[in-house]
Amino acid sequence: MSDHYYNADDLAKFGNIAEYQKELADKFFSYYGEVFKDSHLTAKEKSLIALAVAHAVQCPYCIDAYSTDAYEKGYSEQQMMEAVHVAAAIKGGAVLVHGVQMMNKVKEIGM
Amino acid sequence: MKSLKVLNHKLSDTHNQLAILEDAGLHRHASFTDKLAEMGELPLKAKGVEIFQINVGKMCNQVCKHCHVDAGPDRKEIMTVETMQLCLKVLANSTITTVDLTGGAPEMNPNFRWFVTELKKLDKHIIVRCNLTIVLANKKFNDLPEFFREHNVEVVSSLPSFTKDRTDRQRGNGVFEDSIKALQMLNAVGYGMPDSSLQLNLVYNPAGAFLPPSQQALEDEYKVELLKNYSIRFNHLYAITNMPISRYLDYLISTGNYDKYMEKLVSAFNPAAVESVMCRNTISVSWDGYLYDCDFNQMLELPVSTTDSRHLIDFDLNQLNTRDIILNQHCYGCTAGAGSSCGGAITA
Repeated sequence: MSDHYYNADDLAKFGNIAEYQKELADKFFSYYGEVFKDSHLTAKEKSLIALAVAHAVQCPYCIDAYSTDAYEKGYSEQQMMEAVHVAAAIKGGAVLVHGVQMMNKVKEIGM
Repeated sequence: MKSLKVLNHKLSDTHNQLAILEDAGLHRHASFTDKLAEMGELPLKAKGVEIFQINVGKMCNQVCKHCHVDAGPDRKEIMTVETMQLCLKVLANSTITTVDLTGGAPEMNPNFRWFVTELKKLDKHIIVRCNLTIVLANKKFNDLPEFFREHNVEVVSSLPSFTKDRTDRQRGNGVFEDSIKALQMLNAVGYGMPDSSLQLNLVYNPAGAFLPPSQQALEDEYKVELLKNYSIRFNHLYAITNMPISRYLDYLISTGNYDKYMEKLVSAFNPAAVESVMCRNTISVSWDGYLYDCDFNQMLELPVSTTDSRHLIDFDLNQLNTRDIILNQHCYGCTAGAGSSCGGAITA
């Protein structure tokens, strides 16, 4: 175990999770591969969605992978940053919309 | 921007490039020849010569950041008429079907038009790798689209993006705008148009330290965007991987991307691409008449293995047809992902 939790080299070792549970890993990677193929959404569109989600879930491996993938697929810096803002807006909105819950509770218990 | 050669840059010496590629004996990146040996493909053999690729000179009106030729206005190496005549002699006595003219900007060779006209008399299919901006670089080049049409030349042109930003970052300021104008001029004489036999193919290569995405997806997107924004049509798009040599190698090293790029090429090694790498059906001729397995080996000064046939003067098609291909670490560039060649991806 290294003295820090995240190591960039570990991204290339993702497939190694099969060493401890091959059947489930195989199913996951097969599914993963299918998800990102051209279908009703293009592989390019899916890459940008993945980039935004990667930021929302704050996964450094995913950000590394999909920053590269989205740029390779031709998205501009501006488009990629807008996708991150979409993630930020949803995350920010998700916090703020709970403010209604807070208000409901306060109104319930307040005089 | 000057060429590495004129700057006397250490990478202008091919020995230094090869030392870096061979990792100074550190073997951090798996050896390409070992990979082929594991596949039982060593030595890698040519399977005949169908394409005769001639580099007619290193002079170019552009100085692209990724150029494997280190071409530019300051490069004076230009093929002479005498060497062109040797090419014609070789081609007249051979079954080779396709002649692929490259550079530099091949049109800057003062004997370019004469050469194309003579090649056409031999009834060869001619490809010209036109950088597009040359058409607008000087009045004397403005009629190139008509010249290409008259000689039924296939035009293959680099356009690394359908956006100005990425194109100009790789190829220089103003290149995108001039490229668009040149493409419109080619369309105007029939190139790339529906129901026209005049072939106009574009080349995409990454503007950075990454590999090309799906060639088909890119072609579809280019077609939509270029038609919508500029009313431009073309036939096919070839996605080409940047080779880690010359000016692109300099870019990779100076930006700290070299190791990661090599790792990317190595980990994307596709055994299926080995079958169709372009060196197996191509011979590359330098401006001074020497023979190489490909334009990349030419720029690394790695001559063909046939020691009795290394120059047009000694051209022996029988020997060259079955020659052993000279390999090095840059060959990973042609076998990564979908594979790469002067005609784009080589696997589905």
